[in-house]
Amino acid sequence: MKSSVIVFPGSNCDRDVAVALEKFKIKNEMVWHNEASLPKSDLVVLPGGFSYGDYLRAGAIAGKSRIINDVIKHAKNGGLVLGICNGFQILIETGLLPGILLRNKNLKFLSKNVFVKVINTNNKFCSNYKNKKVIELPIAHNEGNYFADYKTLKNLEDKDLVVFKYCDMDGNINDVSNPNGSLNNIAGILNPEKNILGMMPHPERLIDPILSGKDGSIMFQSLKK
Amino acid sequence: MKITQQIVNKHGLNSEEYNKIIKLIGKKPNLLELGIFSAMWNEHCSYKSSKKYLKTLPTKNKKVIQGPGENAGVIDIEDEDALVFKIESHNHPSFIEPYQGAATGVGGILRDVFTMGARPIATLNSIHFGDHKHYKTKNLLSGVVSGIGGYGNCIGIPTVGGEVKFNSVYNENILVNAMAVGLVKKNKIFYSKAKGSNKPVIYVGSKTGRDGIHGASMASAEFDKNTEEKKPTVQVGDPFTEKLLLEACLELMKDDSIISIQDMGAAGLTSSSIEMASKGNLGIEINLNKIPCREKKMTPYEMMLSESQERMLLILNSGKEDNAEKIFKKWGLDFSIIGKTTDKKDLVLKFNENEVANLPISALSTEAPIYDRKWKKALLPKKTSLPQNYKSFKIIDSLKKILMSPNNSEKSWVWEQYDQTVMGDTIQKSGGDSAVIRIHGSNKGVSLTIDSSSNYCESYPLTGGKQIVAEAWRNLISVGSNPIAITNCLNFGNPEKEKIMGQFVECIQGMKEACTYLDFPVVSGNVSFYNETNKKTISPTPTIGGVGLLKNLENMMTFGLKELGSSLFLIGKTSGHLYQSEFLREVVGTKDGPPPEVNLFNERNNGFMIRDLILKKLLNSVHDISSGGMLVALSEMCIRGKIGAKIKIPNKNISSYEYLFAEDQSRYLVEVSEKNKKEVVKILEKNSVYFEIVGKTQKDCLDLEKEFNIKVEELIEINSRWFKSYFNEN
Amino acid sequence: MKISAIVTLKENVLDPQGKVVNQTLKNMGYSNITEVRQGKYFEIQLNENNKEKAKKIIDEICKKLLSNTIIEDYTINIKQ
Repeated sequence: MKSSVIVFPGSNCDRDVAVALEKFKIKNEMVWHNEASLPKSDLVVLPGGFSYGDYLRAGAIAGKSRIINDVIKHAKNGGLVLGICNGFQILIETGLLPGILLRNKNLKFLSKNVFVKVINTNNKFCSNYKNKKVIELPIAHNEGNYFADYKTLKNLEDKDLVVFKYCDMDGNINDVSNPNGSLNNIAGILNPEKNILGMMPHPERLIDPILSGKDGSIMFQSLKK
Repeated sequence: MKITQQIVNKHGLNSEEYNKIIKLIGKKPNLLELGIFSAMWNEHCSYKSSKKYLKTLPTKNKKVIQGPGENAGVIDIEDEDALVFKIESHNHPSFIEPYQGAATGVGGILRDVFTMGARPIATLNSIHFGDHKHYKTKNLLSGVVSGIGGYGNCIGIPTVGGEVKFNSVYNENILVNAMAVGLVKKNKIFYSKAKGSNKPVIYVGSKTGRDGIHGASMASAEFDKNTEEKKPTVQVGDPFTEKLLLEACLELMKDDSIISIQDMGAAGLTSSSIEMASKGNLGIEINLNKIPCREKKMTPYEMMLSESQERMLLILNSGKEDNAEKIFKKWGLDFSIIGKTTDKKDLVLKFNENEVANLPISALSTEAPIYDRKWKKALLPKKTSLPQNYKSFKIIDSLKKILMSPNNSEKSWVWEQYDQTVMGDTIQKSGGDSAVIRIHGSNKGVSLTIDSSSNYCESYPLTGGKQIVAEAWRNLISVGSNPIAITNCLNFGNPEKEKIMGQFVECIQGMKEACTYLDFPVVSGNVSFYNETNKKTISPTPTIGGVGLLKNLENMMTFGLKELGSSLFLIGKTSGHLYQSEFLREVVGTKDGPPPEVNLFNERNNGFMIRDLILKKLLNSVHDISSGGMLVALSEMCIRGKIGAKIKIPNKNISSYEYLFAEDQSRYLVEVSEKNKKEVVKILEKNSVYFEIVGKTQKDCLDLEKEFNIKVEELIEINSRWFKSYFNEN
Repeated sequence: MKISAIVTLKENVLDPQGKVVNQTLKNMGYSNITEVRQGKYFEIQLNENNKEKAKKIIDEICKKLLSNTIIEDYTINIKQ
């Protein structure tokens, strides 16, 4: 398994995710946004952060960077793409995933650990979550409030493309357990071919029991398979 | 242009100082030169009122690599690692424009740290606001918090700790103190001292605009009718550019291109170039036409005094310019060779082929005035008799009132706006006694705390200064770390007033005693005087940033209760000192009396005892007893651990109120498992450490025998209510 | 009455967002763009028929809330 982490100016979880990938023996390379093409990779990660300061709209400007064309090509050829936080916002701005991420409902940046329910484990990213479907992960974002029109939303739900939903400790999905106002408590979605995942929570930040949990490691173990 | 008395005054210089300038440089300064003197000789750059006393603070121990005088202090944290840290104030700009003021405060302190070659790994902050009912407070609070978050979150450095306080003394003078901590290899530390003449001087980062030229700019605007648009402006922070500057600098620092490097902070290009030259005993020559400018027709005066953010000054080894330029261009930053070092020991500025300023470096730096200001000793307040009615307040109601007061409320409303976990090494976040950050890729960590206690300092500065150092030390002990050193941010009023200068002198005296006794030296810091509006001055507020080392993270301690049926030990003596306590302030409503005294012998003894017990793995949880006293500390332990406790007041000569709410110093509350109880008792007795067993942990409820019984759930609700209701959120 | 207000950073205040948008547009090939400044646009419905009074109110809220006049300018347009 080989991965590439794209580094945009203003990415700031690029090192964190590289550490996680390497910890689970996925051979990783950092790729500068201004490169014309990707090295040979099975997985491309768009990391969290504030690419281009999140100026204009989060992810908008990174969506226009040089490397993105090759990322799109990689995705269309069935290669795996994982967008975390700002990476999810970039996937949406490039049109690889539908909908939009609005500002959090309380209009504030939100950094805390939340519970997330794994809705779909039938994909390369989440297969190891079969035995643990309510997990704890940190979120840290200002624009994570997922919104889509009725048709798009229905399509996501009907085709089982919603992977993660915010929930409480016992797995209940409701308004109280929704930290940012996302429609249907959506925290992460797939494309119809299930090779592109965008998610707001940060699995790379919980890969060690000393960091108050390791539910994030399960994703990297799934990818390694 | 003729320099009139009025122009001199507008530059914050008095006539005595002006005459000294003329004497030092042997001519009358032109406007540009006057501006440069005004920047270098002001309190912020010259420390002219504080220097005499700052010198008395201990600045060395076995672990100190670099003390005060550099961009930041550096300590040895074993192996090949060193920690770089500093605190700085950004009070006035934050009052004018809370978001940008706080944001640029964070940006500035981060640059101080990465200038030294360190990658920043954490920031902390101490922010003080006026009374929560004051009409400005709400906007200032939300603006400052989002400004701190806005900058730190974007650049991707976790904000892991801090304090938020309210007091009417800050109604018109809020305090925003930001601390940054960075990690560097011991052999890769960069300094600001220039070396060698004829070396290229390089400007990197953002372009220069007319930002923050403050009063000086107002003065200059008067001279020119066409400068209506040149009103003073608050600096706008650009964390995105700072992130690029950080990465570019660290990339260039990988080899030996850089001789010296200095952040352009306060007084921008002026102070950075002069400090580098002064430390290297060299001169510097700058061609101002080479300065990258954001706006048209900027004058030399504006370029030299601009406080535009995200800029650095470098001196490179000759021949390294091309490689350096390539790196900065890659990151999309400005790069310009603006001059060279010289051996003439002068600052020479050229513009449009003319020499526009020529000043001896020494006149601007080492010859700057130092004042021995008059000061008045504070009187120790008398222990007047406590208000008769204080026992009429029920204990449980008093506890609730303290826990739901703005100052003692749980502050996740604030902390959740800060990214606390980016970089993946945050082991203990805000809300513990100290934050704990793992050293990347290792099993050791550093503990970080930031503390102030202006009520104690206002009441009696000598004790206040001592207490706050001790409290920082205690907070580091409580998480199981070894305290190493501090950085201090000294926020005071107008030093030209004897009372204020006295507060400063005596706070320093107290700090010195504690720092010396606890082997806890000051390695960096900042003084902020003149926190005064309309003759209303703030309470003396020294803020202490403390740093400690945890050699093995497995020994890290937290304060949430861990298990049912374990014993609660109160370590240290309770004499029942209620004066200046939260109980008297929040519940009874009186501010009289002296602060609790600190016995440094007990402080050290109790602290080392706690640390040893933690290392022996005999304790489940540890919390230092500070603001609010023992009952508040216990409630916090219950809240954090979601476990209850049943306690009994030992038979003592003091009232229950005094036992439960006194703020006697050097005390800790610790949780001990049944299986370890005997051992702990034995060790404490053997070492003559005073302790009392006050009760046991239990399920769900906090009980005080014969007094009250309250569900932990209710404590949680009470403690977390205030911020949300203040901002009308549910 | 419908009134709009546009708040922008003052001419000489750094606009990080505008700077990045400008640079990106250049990278996308729009080489003749020389500057971009970003601002905020407000549309306000007001129960007031007197233009002057309405303008005065909006002016006041621009000063008190919508802008920070230390770093921002604003312009008001009455749209009816």
